[in-house]
Order: sequence, then C-alpha cells, then structure tokens
Amino acid sequence: MVAVATPPRGATRKAEAPTAFGGYWRRNQLALAPWLFLAPGALFFALYVVAPILQSFQISLYEWDGLGAKEWVGLRNYAELWWDDAFWTSLRNNVIWLVLYLLAIPAGLFIALFLNQTVAGIRIYKSLFFFPFVISQVVVGLVFSWFYDPTFGLFNEILGVFGLGPIAVLGDPTFVTYGIIAAGLWPQTAYCMILYLTGLNAVDPEQIEAGRLDGARGWRMLWYVVLPQLRPATFIAFVVTIIGALRSFDLVSVMTAGGPFGESRVLAYYMFEVALSEYGFRMGYGAAIAVVLFAIMMIYIAFFLAKMYRDERGA
Amino acid sequence: MPSVTKTTLAVLAAATMLAGAAAPAAAQQEPLSGDLRIFLDTSNPAPRAAMEGMIARFQEMHPDLEIETTIIDREAYKTQLRNFLTANAPDVATWHAGNRMAPFVEAGLLEDVSDLWDEEISRDLASTKGSMTMDGKQWGVPYTYYQWGVYYREDLFEQYGLSAPETWDAFKENCRTLLDNGVKCFAIGTKFLWTAAGWFDYINLRTNGYEFHMDLTAGRVPWTDERVRATFANWRELIDMNAYIDNHTSYSWQEALPFMVQGDAAMYLMGNFVVAPLREAGLSDDQLGFFQFPAIDASIPMAEEAPTDTFHIPAQAQNKEAARAFLRYVADPENQTIINAELGQLPVNSRATIEDDEFLTAGFAMLSSAEGLSQFFDRDAPAEMAKAGMEGFQEFMVRPDNLDAILQRLERVRQRVY
Repeated sequence: MVAVATPPRGATRKAEAPTAFGGYWRRNQLALAPWLFLAPGALFFALYVVAPILQSFQISLYEWDGLGAKEWVGLRNYAELWWDDAFWTSLRNNVIWLVLYLLAIPAGLFIALFLNQTVAGIRIYKSLFFFPFVISQVVVGLVFSWFYDPTFGLFNEILGVFGLGPIAVLGDPTFVTYGIIAAGLWPQTAYCMILYLTGLNAVDPEQIEAGRLDGARGWRMLWYVVLPQLRPATFIAFVVTIIGALRSFDLVSVMTAGGPFGESRVLAYYMFEVALSEYGFRMGYGAAIAVVLFAIMMIYIAFFLAKMYRDERGA
Repeated sequence: MPSVTKTTLAVLAAATMLAGAAAPAAAQQEPLSGDLRIFLDTSNPAPRAAMEGMIARFQEMHPDLEIETTIIDREAYKTQLRNFLTANAPDVATWHAGNRMAPFVEAGLLEDVSDLWDEEISRDLASTKGSMTMDGKQWGVPYTYYQWGVYYREDLFEQYGLSAPETWDAFKENCRTLLDNGVKCFAIGTKFLWTAAGWFDYINLRTNGYEFHMDLTAGRVPWTDERVRATFANWRELIDMNAYIDNHTSYSWQEALPFMVQGDAAMYLMGNFVVAPLREAGLSDDQLGFFQFPAIDASIPMAEEAPTDTFHIPAQAQNKEAARAFLRYVADPENQTIINAELGQLPVNSRATIEDDEFLTAGFAMLSSAEGLSQFFDRDAPAEMAKAGMEGFQEFMVRPDNLDAILQRLERVRQRVY
C-alpha cells in the first residue's frame, strides 16, 4: 500500500489562523481522504445496487401489480414458490446450467493452449475464436435457433447423415435446456479462452524450462507446472462462469421464451415472466424469485469475496 | 423539455390566433390545436399503412393539429403500455377490448369516454359495446374486428373428394382421409402459446356453449369440472390421430404457414389475418377456402371468436379534446370502411361497408348469426390465468396424459387469480 506520510498541507501555512474545522481536517486528513475518494462510488453503489436489493426484499412481501395499491402478504409469496412447479423446474434448470456451463472452463483452457503459439497470423485466429463472445447473445440465440430447426437446420442435416433424427431440440421438453446451454457455451468458452490466454502470457518461461530439464512433458507439465501458475485465471473464469450461468436470460428468451410449456425456464427468466412480461405483473412474486436467486448467487459471491480478502491479507 | 414546451406554446398561440380568425367558417367543427401524440401497436406492414392513412386524413381535417405518431412493435407494446400510461402518456393509444383493458381501467389509467357513446355511436357500434363497457361506462372505441375459423386448401380437399365439414364426425372423417394420404390435417405453431388457445376456445365453445366458456374464462367454473374434461377429451381425439403437424412447439404461427402452402397440411384454425400471408405465399383464392368450426353438439348454438382492436385515451393525456375528436373519427363509418378494407378485416361500425372479399363476406355472415362473440382466451381471461392456461394447452398437445396435473395446476391458479 502507498503509505507516504505527507505532512498535512496546512502545516506549511502556519500563519493562517486555524479555524475549528481546519483543525479537525488537519488532524484527521489521512483517515478521511480515502473515504472522500470512495464517496462518489459508494454513493452510486448504494443508490443503484444496495437500495434496489433491499427494495426487492421489501416488495417480495407484498402483492402488487405495479399499478394499484400494494397489499401486505407477509411471506405468502415464498410459501407459494414452494408449491409452484414452474419455480422448481426453473431451479432445476439453473442447477443444470450451473454444472454444464462449467465445461466452458476446460474447453477455454484447451483452446487457449492450442492458440498459445507463434505462427504467422495467430492474432487473426485468436480474434476469430474470440468472436462469439463479442457478438450479442441475441444473435447467438438466433443462430442456434436456425441451427436446431427441425426442418432445415444444420443440426438435423448432420443427424440425417447418420440416419438419425429429426429432433426438434428447442421444441422437445427433454432436450431443450441442454440445447440452450450448448448455445451458451459457445461465447462462454471464448471468454474463458481469453482469460487463459492472458494468463498464459504470465507463465514463467524459466519454470517451464526447469520442468523440461526434470523430464516433465505433456499432461504432467500441464498439471504440475502450468496450471498452478494459471490459478488466478482459473479463479476468475470460475466466478464469471458461475455468475453467467445463474443470470442466463437472453438465450432462453430468444430461443424458446421459456417453452415448450415452461420446460426451459430458468429463475431469471421466470422472474421476468411473472413480473414484467405480457401476462405477468406480479411484482411481489417476481421479487420473491429475485430474492431466492440473489441468495443462491450470494453463496458464490461470499466465497469470492472471502477468497479475495484472504489473498489481499496474504499479499 | 423546455424547448418542447416552448414550441407547444408557440403552436398553441399561433393556433389560437388562427382559430380566432377562422372560427365563423368552421361552425360545426371546432378547430383543434396543440399536439396530438398517438401510440400505435400496428407494426405489421398492412395495418401500419392503414393507420398512417387514417391519421393523414384526420390531419387534413385538422391542419392546425401537430400530430406525432409512434408505432411500437406489437409484442413490445404489450409491456410498454403499462409504462407509458403511468408516465408521459400519449393522447391516444391502441389496445384491446374485454378483460385485457380491465387492469388499466381499474387502475384509473384510461379516460372514461362514455360521452362519445351517444345514441348514434351506440347504435352503430352495438356489437362491441358490451366488451368496451366496465362499471357501466365505456373506455374506448373499437376500430376493427376479425373472425376466426378454419382456413383450408380447397384443391387438396377436391383431390381427396372431401367437402367442408359441418359436424365433428365429418371433421374427423376428413382428417382421417387426409392422414391416410400422407397429409397432416392441421398446421399450427405453438411456440408463442396463443395458437393452442384458439383450439381450446373453439372446442370448448362447441362442446359446452358460449355461457359456459365465458363462465370458465371469468373464473366461475373450476378447471377440474367434468365439462372441461369433456372439452379436452374431444381435443384429444384429434391429438391421438396425429392430426397436427409434428414439432409444432418449435414454430411460431408464421413459421407453420409453409406446411399449408406446400400442401403438407390441409387446414389452419386461425384468425382472418392468416389470409394475407397465405395469398402472398402464392395461394390463389381457388386454392384457399374457409369454413366455420364445425358443431360438436348439435344442440349447442354456434358462438364465434372475434377479437376486437380498440383506441383509448389515457387518463393522463394532455390534449383530450383532440383525442376525443380522433376517437370520433375512428368510429366514423366511412373511415372504418376504408381502414378495414386495407386491414383485410371487418369494420365494427354497422353502417360501414365490407370489402368485396370471399373471406370477409363469409366471416361477416358467420359473425352476424353468431350466438355470442368471445374475444379470445387471452383477452377473456385475466392475464395470469391466460398465461397458465395457454401453457397448459401447449403441454396437453404434446403430453395429453398429463391432463390431470395440468387441470389441477390451472385450478390452483384460478383460485388465486379471481
């Protein structure tokens, strides 16, 4: 930390009569300055992040259509969640998302390792692999909708070559969530790849050299020498992937709108559906779902913050 | 904002001066001035042109009015309406009759326009006055409605020696013949759910009648009722025959059109708006026919679906005087004749004339003799019930064995919603 003990500026201007405020300022300047610098950020964080979270908690205790008067219902919205099949379907899908989305991390790692070489034009290949992360999720969703289309989609053409199908992936309640996750993995893999590519730049060549001298190669080299050095990248990849899985919304909305009959819903989409969509407007119920989602995210966020804190301490 | 206010003031001032000069000339028509902001959900090409034409004619009648039209995507409009009615409301907005406008009326967001519904308008628009009325007041004026029914490939019917059925048995018999010849009976795309509700509405109207259907959508009958089960049992006969195209959950209603155009499916239960895209896709009027959904129980009089589209004045509108004049023009028989010819739909005003079109004439005759007119499942039932119901219908079409679970779920929703 930068702990340069600058003498208070006022000290050089002793001649001025010290007012009560000036005196206080001089005594506590070092303690106050960081807070002053933090103030704008903290203010907006409180206003736009913390306050809405608290507000969601509050709204979740009411029955409210967003227009008329609010009616206090206590925990009834939560009780209703317990009996709501759609909620459990969404929760189940969120868990599937959470698990399968993590595939993006090893996939990203291997693409990064593959691209981490010096060949002519490697930058172009890297950009091409990164491309899916740059385009909008909506476009990804549309592209995959066509890919899966049961009548003219490429996916079923391929299945046809093996004498299988056609499968309407997005119209079939058993496959639909997996189909959407596969679409989501495409950009997410690119994201993890870029994280690992930057990580690989920081890998110490001397350690690799030393490992090589000791006869490590292939998997052993990767596992014992390279991966430990990539730990920061892995950690970030984990966090962004988990958060990404929990807030998955765009793809579900674009590809299936939660269908068929709600089998591809996730919590974020279900919340949107009950609170903000064409047939929704149950703000209280939507807020209750949001609170549950927040609680699940909190597990990871707490873990993330705890680790950050430990690392800062250790450093 | 200040600049806008300034322009408004300037326009107002100019308009007042003009009005002072021109007042004697336009005795029966007060010159309107100021801004008139109109929000439309008619984003499809034909309706868009029809509305723009109407607004242009209205502008000609009131040259001093600064009309500002905003056309919003039809699906997006459904959610945006709530926002703009509560904050920064336009002067005129489109919406739908029946239960669909109920939440806004209850929240006091729409203007009571009973004063527009004088004797003449009440007589001309009598067919929809009921669906525009809540608490004994009227909350808007209708500009169009359209029939639902079965659109079919006449050439395919001829090829297999079929004729338009009038009974449920003939309907199924036709379907059996088509299936034996490798043609699916019905095109449908249930990705956005509501198309399945069309089937439910019609089978329920034919199995249990208009009163029952209205009671059900108004929450007065439990979903676990035996009569509701009878409706689903009838529907299941078609599902078990594999009468519907495969993978319909993957398609929107537009995406299901090619099946009909290519002759892979012979019939399509849909609103009259399906005619325009089918014609555009190359089907001639010789190939395309229309029949009324057949009777299931001969003792039950035939009721039909006829969703009505409407204009309203938000309670927070700035220029209500101009808005009222606009609504009066919307209800005008001559205007309704013109816009509905362009829309390819039916005018609500009984003094308007219907365009000479095979489907519109058939639809008009059918609706005129109908026992009752329902709006459509998602307009008759409150939003939440509609959503749950339509999802249930879609699930039933894919997994008919889940019926018990579906009905119990709908019953739980019913008990909470009403």
